[in-house]
Amino acid sequence: MTPQGGRPGRGIVSAKIVVAGGFGVGKTTLVGAISEITPLTTEALMTAAGVGIDDPSKVPGKETTTVAMDFGRITMAQDLILYLFGTPGQTRFWFMWDEIIRGAVGAAVLVDTRRITDAFAPLDYFENRNLPYVVALNKFDGAPQYEAEEVREALAISPQVPLVMTDARQRDSVKQVLVTVVEHAMLRLQSEHGRGFPTPVG
Amino acid sequence: MDQRRADPRGALVRPYAVTRGRTEPRQDIALEAVLTASPTQVAESRFAGHDKHRIATVCEGRAQSLAEIAAYTRMPLGVARVLVADMVAESLLTLHTAAPAEGFEERMELLGRVLSGLRRL
Repeated sequence: MTPQGGRPGRGIVSAKIVVAGGFGVGKTTLVGAISEITPLTTEALMTAAGVGIDDPSKVPGKETTTVAMDFGRITMAQDLILYLFGTPGQTRFWFMWDEIIRGAVGAAVLVDTRRITDAFAPLDYFENRNLPYVVALNKFDGAPQYEAEEVREALAISPQVPLVMTDARQRDSVKQVLVTVVEHAMLRLQSEHGRGFPTPVG
Repeated sequence: MDQRRADPRGALVRPYAVTRGRTEPRQDIALEAVLTASPTQVAESRFAGHDKHRIATVCEGRAQSLAEIAAYTRMPLGVARVLVADMVAESLLTLHTAAPAEGFEERMELLGRVLSGLRRL
């Protein structure tokens, strides 16, 4: 008997890693560097009430907003697919981030050293979520080169959070970022399990 | 019918016409949850309307996530989610499990598989 359509199939498992960061920091570039498909865009329609603008009733005709998110795919085995989801860059779409991170393995927060203050909001967001994350400094040509520890201090990144340098255009470099995310998630899970905490669900 | 008038999400009704105005899916489906359609399911979906048939066709022969279905059919995510949940209930699509959230062993095993998958790239 083949499994019936209405029941969950046991066959294929999917996992996701979230790529977060400010607007224009290179999230889609990073996803595209390693995805087996050209990054796709999916759009969600949002009511203005959810978008966090002051008072939707004062903006007639602006009741809905489209939030776009880009994502990629890596088929690792016939029964295992990894998805990479980029978050919408604008910080007013936080509520969308909640949906994107739900059930994720972990996240990479991409930082552009030319606009380091853009990283505050995304980092704040992850500090207040129970999702393992790493910080990846995207090396842009001509951008000021900082030591990792300078950036850690400037952004007040806690010592437990891994910080890596990356070139979001380079496949091997992106691969290393993702490896760091998964290794960090495993360590977190192990230490929480060891201390008898319930396993996190993102 | 009058419910639509009272719906504070009024402006959402037009894009949701294909779901007959419903914005809540029967079952919540994760963005990355994957779905497949067998040739039989694709054939049966012909009788379920154009949009459902398009969705089944996208999932034939290759597992596709809810997010991919929405992108390939150019449907807003919420619309695709309602239709996909219907199709799972109607046995027109097979829903596969997203990453197991329960159990330390299961999660560690999954993370280990993802890690070795990445290293092999």
